[in-house]
Amino acid sequence: MIRLENISKSFNGTRALKNLSLIVPSGRTTVIIGPSGCGKSTLIRVIVGLIKPDSGTIHINDNLLDRSSVRELRRNIGYVIQEGGLFPHLTAAGNISLMAKYLGWKNEKIRDRLRELCELTKFPRDGLSRYPVQLSGGQNQRVSLMRALMLDPDTLLLDEPLGALDPLIRYELQTDLKEIFRSLKSTVLLVTHDIGEAAFFGDTILMVRDGEILQKGTIQDLVKHPADPFVSHFIMTQRSPMEFLESSENEKIAE
Amino acid sequence: MRKLLNRILSCTLLLALFSCGSAPEVKIGSKKFTESVTLAEIAAQLAGKVDPHVKHLRALGGTRVLWDALVKGDVDLYPEYTGTITEEIFAGRHLQGDREIREALVKYNIVMSNSLGFSDNYALGMKKSLAESLHITAISDLKKYPDLKFGFSNEFMDRADGWPGLKNAYQLPQKNVEGLEHELAYRALASGAIAVTDLYSTDANIRYYHLITLKDDKHFFPEYKAVFLYRAQLEKTAPKALKEMLKLQGMIPETTMVRLNKLVKIDGMSENQVASDFIRKHFGTRTDFEQMTFFQRLFLRTKQHLFLVAISLFAAILISIPLGIMAFLWPKSGQFILGFVGVIQTIPSLALIVFMIPLLGIGNEPAIVALFLYSLLPIVRNTHSGLNDIARAIRESAEALGLSAPARLRLVELPLASRSILAGIKTSAVINIGTATLGALIGAGGYGQPILTGIRLNDVGLILEGAVPAAALALLVQGLFELLEIYFVPKGLRIKSEIANG
Repeated sequence: MIRLENISKSFNGTRALKNLSLIVPSGRTTVIIGPSGCGKSTLIRVIVGLIKPDSGTIHINDNLLDRSSVRELRRNIGYVIQEGGLFPHLTAAGNISLMAKYLGWKNEKIRDRLRELCELTKFPRDGLSRYPVQLSGGQNQRVSLMRALMLDPDTLLLDEPLGALDPLIRYELQTDLKEIFRSLKSTVLLVTHDIGEAAFFGDTILMVRDGEILQKGTIQDLVKHPADPFVSHFIMTQRSPMEFLESSENEKIAE
Repeated sequence: MRKLLNRILSCTLLLALFSCGSAPEVKIGSKKFTESVTLAEIAAQLAGKVDPHVKHLRALGGTRVLWDALVKGDVDLYPEYTGTITEEIFAGRHLQGDREIREALVKYNIVMSNSLGFSDNYALGMKKSLAESLHITAISDLKKYPDLKFGFSNEFMDRADGWPGLKNAYQLPQKNVEGLEHELAYRALASGAIAVTDLYSTDANIRYYHLITLKDDKHFFPEYKAVFLYRAQLEKTAPKALKEMLKLQGMIPETTMVRLNKLVKIDGMSENQVASDFIRKHFGTRTDFEQMTFFQRLFLRTKQHLFLVAISLFAAILISIPLGIMAFLWPKSGQFILGFVGVIQTIPSLALIVFMIPLLGIGNEPAIVALFLYSLLPIVRNTHSGLNDIARAIRESAEALGLSAPARLRLVELPLASRSILAGIKTSAVINIGTATLGALIGAGGYGQPILTGIRLNDVGLILEGAVPAAALALLVQGLFELLEIYFVPKGLRIKSEIANG
């Protein structure tokens, strides 16, 4: 469980997070959605300790996140970002096992864990010896996910993990990811700006704007009982091919 | 990587042992012009007959360099001129006569020998045929010919003890006077474009162009008697060698010196050969002198050059990479570090090397320190920018994994910056190899030695003998670093993407 209390953060006088409180429950997937610059990425980077909030506290599984605990807590958090953030000088296997090697895991244990992860993420085993430049964007995101899962963390933070992928690969990975989240029973916090993706993953969806949470609930809550005109506006303005179909149908009826 | 480092270290140590063997007891210096080198070589060969530990540090530089080296004890003896002592070393003290000079030198424990037999004065020269037809033998005779055209070196035109003073002292009426390059003046004399020029009384060109020097009948020019300056302690530490060298007092009249200069400058003989011939003729003994083949010279200079480059570059790498890392980790102090190494780079190399002499004397040490300082900037800057240019996503990913700052540096950041760091080292190495040629100015040897001699003797062949190996070495070292990339730059950074993204 992740618990944020009264988190505020400003950059050069602009407030990115405004007195934000939030609980991410264990074993479930929580999705943060909002427009660009709403503070959703800042929020996730505050939780992993990359940004220090100006005020407020963060607890991860009841441990206070501060300077002294951050490194220890991070080892129990898997973090995946849009561009993958893979180390170009290491092979896929090198990327995934970097932290385990640093912690002194035995080679055999690393090998077994790599095999498990390849199965879990449907990554071809022979791709492990390749470098990030030799892998496709979708494969790189699978490697990034394996790196996040290597130490078997109980919390996963994903910052637009599929944002840079083309629709087909994205669709495939969405399906695989959801299956993985379900099988691992992890606490997942995922950031996206795609309402479809949010609806697909989110047990709970948080709509964020200007550093504040506008509404928290299921996709049904957001669609049927929007707490703010912005919520419906945000949901409505995402194009779906269906709307074109519907409008042409309507035109026909009118004739 | 560690193995390679060890190997480099042991190589450098070996080189250090090589060149710092037994210290020679008698070090003879010379200035960077032919007469000084020839005189010092004669002294060195004479002393070498009785003392095996004699070393000639040839063509070190100007008066300042030699005098500082003599006072510090890096040089035990060198040829000097009384006029230079009064006008330059003790400028402004208006010393008169040998006795006052000797008294002034006592404070520094330096002794001046008696005259070697000739003076290297400023003089006015004319074509012999012209002077004879006009019956001119002395400077005061020039008053009778107000229409003669004078051409003087620019320095002589400007100095108070040059043309302005001379004109006053002799009341010379000539109006047609122009400044020109010294080397051109001889040709202008020969062609008749000018009638009179300034020269040194032992100038080799006097014979070559059939000139005569006019008598300074009013004793206007200060006297530049050739002498040896030496450290007083030489009388105790190497009395036999000193005695041999002092045999030269009064032995070299002006005509002899002109002949010796001509043999080197115009006939192209080596100073060593000329010195040896002189000794055989006047002392009746044969002397040994270093006469190396081309490849022996090349080997020696390569060794000297590599020694300078290897130690200074190795030290620079050891210091610069941590400095670059510091500048990356603490941006505020980083500005200071980058600024400081940048300022060092703006000091002209010759100035920096000469500046080192009072601190470190002459020889390898000041050259190595100067080269070390010049090698800092490219490595510091490339280390800093290599680390700074790592994408934020990658840096934050390493942090979010839970790696400590030192572990991030070691496992992620430094490997990613390796190509940039290596490029910085490559730049430093090439700059270093080029700048090391200046080491010859302060007795560190290397490829600069033939370049300096070549410039002095206007010998393009000699210049190339230094410049070509220096360029070849720079290329070789550059190629070596390209190979090192395979070891130091991780494979993932060297391969190109094989898959079109999408």
